[in-house]
Amino acid sequence: MSLTAERIEQKLRERFPGAAIERQEGVAVRDHTLYVPAESLVEMCLFLRDDDELQFAMLSWMGGADYMPRVPRFETIYSLLSLTHNQRFTLKVRVGEENLKLPSVVSVWPTANWHERETYDFYGLEFVGHPDMTRILLPEDWVGWPLRKDSPLGYEEVAFTHNTPNRLLPSPALKKLAPKKVKYRAQ
Amino acid sequence: MPNPEDQNPFRTLVQPAAPVVPTSDLIMPMSEGDRLQDELEKGVLFTKLESIASWAVNQARANAIWPLGFGLACCAIEMMAIAGPRFDVSRFGAEVFRGSPRQADLMIVAGRVSIKMAPVLRRLYDQMPDPKWVIAMGACSSCGGVFNNYAILQGVDKIVPVDVYVPGCPPRPEALLHGIMKLQEKILVSKVEFGPIVPRKKKGAA
Amino acid sequence: MRNETMTLNMGPQHPSTHGVLRVALELDGETIVQCKPMIGYLHTGMEKQAEYKTYTQSIPQTDRMDYISPMSNNLAFCLATEKLLGIEPPARVQAIRVLLAELTRISSHCVWMGTHAIDIGALTVFWYTFREREKVLSIYDMVSGARMTSSYFRVGGLSMDIPAGFLARCEKFVDEMPAHIDEYEKLLSKNPIWLARTKGVAPISAKDGIAWGVTGPSLRGSGVCWDLRKSQPYSGYETYDFNVALGSVGDAYDRYTVRVTEMRESTRIAKQAIQRIRELGEAGEYRVRDFKYVLPPKEEVKTSMEALIHHFKIVAHGFFPPVGEAYAGVEAPKGELGFYFVSDGSSRPWRMKVRSPSFVNLQALPIMVEGKLVADVIAAIGSIDIVLGEIDR
Repeated sequence: MSLTAERIEQKLRERFPGAAIERQEGVAVRDHTLYVPAESLVEMCLFLRDDDELQFAMLSWMGGADYMPRVPRFETIYSLLSLTHNQRFTLKVRVGEENLKLPSVVSVWPTANWHERETYDFYGLEFVGHPDMTRILLPEDWVGWPLRKDSPLGYEEVAFTHNTPNRLLPSPALKKLAPKKVKYRAQ
Repeated sequence: MPNPEDQNPFRTLVQPAAPVVPTSDLIMPMSEGDRLQDELEKGVLFTKLESIASWAVNQARANAIWPLGFGLACCAIEMMAIAGPRFDVSRFGAEVFRGSPRQADLMIVAGRVSIKMAPVLRRLYDQMPDPKWVIAMGACSSCGGVFNNYAILQGVDKIVPVDVYVPGCPPRPEALLHGIMKLQEKILVSKVEFGPIVPRKKKGAA
Repeated sequence: MRNETMTLNMGPQHPSTHGVLRVALELDGETIVQCKPMIGYLHTGMEKQAEYKTYTQSIPQTDRMDYISPMSNNLAFCLATEKLLGIEPPARVQAIRVLLAELTRISSHCVWMGTHAIDIGALTVFWYTFREREKVLSIYDMVSGARMTSSYFRVGGLSMDIPAGFLARCEKFVDEMPAHIDEYEKLLSKNPIWLARTKGVAPISAKDGIAWGVTGPSLRGSGVCWDLRKSQPYSGYETYDFNVALGSVGDAYDRYTVRVTEMRESTRIAKQAIQRIRELGEAGEYRVRDFKYVLPPKEEVKTSMEALIHHFKIVAHGFFPPVGEAYAGVEAPKGELGFYFVSDGSSRPWRMKVRSPSFVNLQALPIMVEGKLVADVIAAIGSIDIVLGEIDR
């Protein structure tokens, strides 16, 4: 692996001197991650893809995360992969609740199409420039964004004897079929 | 003494299971009103010829159930395994998995039913001609299974009437075959309607 | 004479769509003008549900994603969590994981071959491959108790040690498998009908494959030598000797040859893994000894106070990973399967994202079939090898 993550960050900073690029710090942040601003996302991705030294030809996956109650609330994560240099790299974009629109990277990597639709489906983040911004996994008429932290899991309360009033009790005749009560010696 | 494990490591069945003779009450206990009506019908309407005919029809229906190929998720693979060579569903006459619901008798709901799939399932059930049966295979189609959340229907019996529930996650192919055999027992004691099916007037209801 | 296109719906219930996939085809005669796969009919909300369960409780859920190769999902989950925790299981555990992952690969490719052939019309192959698959499933049964949804791996190791007789049975299977693969090849590889149905059908170029994020045998069929077991090895794969199967053109026949070769290579790796487990001990440690995150052995729990406390805390609350994120990808039979975890320090993941290979590979379906005939869609879907469970999660 001749290309290190620090070199990628350095090249990115050199090419985009004005942009607010931050490195993600943390105890257990195991992949080299950079926060980039939404405005320069598409240009940075084009640079990362086309530059001869970098050649991030594949967008491995793209997803979103909801960090409620932190402000800005959402993040989208882009995991890039360079096959020629065998290197992974992660970009993140912070999205606030007041403006849920992001530029779409479909023009850079066509594979982002379904990933962005899935992120829209789960979180409600809209991607400007996407050819088909509709729900993909949930029914088209679903209301709400299920993976947001304030959306409930939606589970159904399982009916037990203690939480079902007025339930139909079995007939007394069935008691004849019940197993004989065992007398333990300790009793 | 040779280790039986070595001789039969894949534990293929060597003895046939003991046969069980089903009776009507064992499958579906009837209420008093239904029992009276049944006695009435048996005495008045059923002649010897009709009872032989209904026995014959039930035998035909039970031994040639054509399932609809409706595998949704993991249980579908175990359903494919019963079509495979080891657990042969051909013995039961049910190896023809029809592609179209119009030609199928049995819908084995194999897998979790998501909210997006539920209307499709109901529509397929409606397209199946009578007599039709439904086996809810696996925990997810019986009751939602492992997934109790916004996306999964908690039991396919919320939208279609189910005849046999086969528990398991996924149920072993032998369990599904047991379920099919239970369904065959149910079919063998079913009442055969000769002529168009007229809904029975309920006592007290309009 | 008017020229109109016909919309054909290959509905969610279809004998050949490998699950509940819906493909809307716009046809001009038999030629496909537009192809639009529609998914979501099996959406299970696994990513949301994982936020409400501890890490160990989510492992059975992963089995149900790619239900044809369940152990590779478990492996990816465990590797991602171990990366987050910063622990590494001992060499013996890694060898067992490699052995089971390769057996999973063989079993998954058996299912692929059976269903792909049955879609195209070669029914016999289905019976043959499912016969072999039954052997792998009985191995799963032996080691974990369940035929398919095994949930055998745990974070930091395995749930139980391998039973006696397991290695003998694996070796028996691995020794006789190459003969069975020869059988399958005899049925298909030079079969004129098979060649007519798969040669030149649904091609995808290497450049398109990379642009559309395709991974796994579908990408290797186009000639790109990208295999995570070689490029970014995990679980000790760098110490095994195997080749990577490559195709040239990227049509369905190339993907078929890649997968058949992969089955053979998997038997090689499995043999080496069995050898290694024999060297390291047929019975031994099956978990890493980091009791902050991994359950201590039961003998120590009964005798040592610290082990008892660790056991109690892990069972009652689950383990508490450090605050951070990690992504780990494995070479699943279908492609690159990866799990991405965001941890906030509590015992439940804050976010679990699954990078499923079939989700990404299926996106490339329109590229493969637009302009081709309608019968090729079936061959294409079969040759990409998709599993709706992991597409829809």
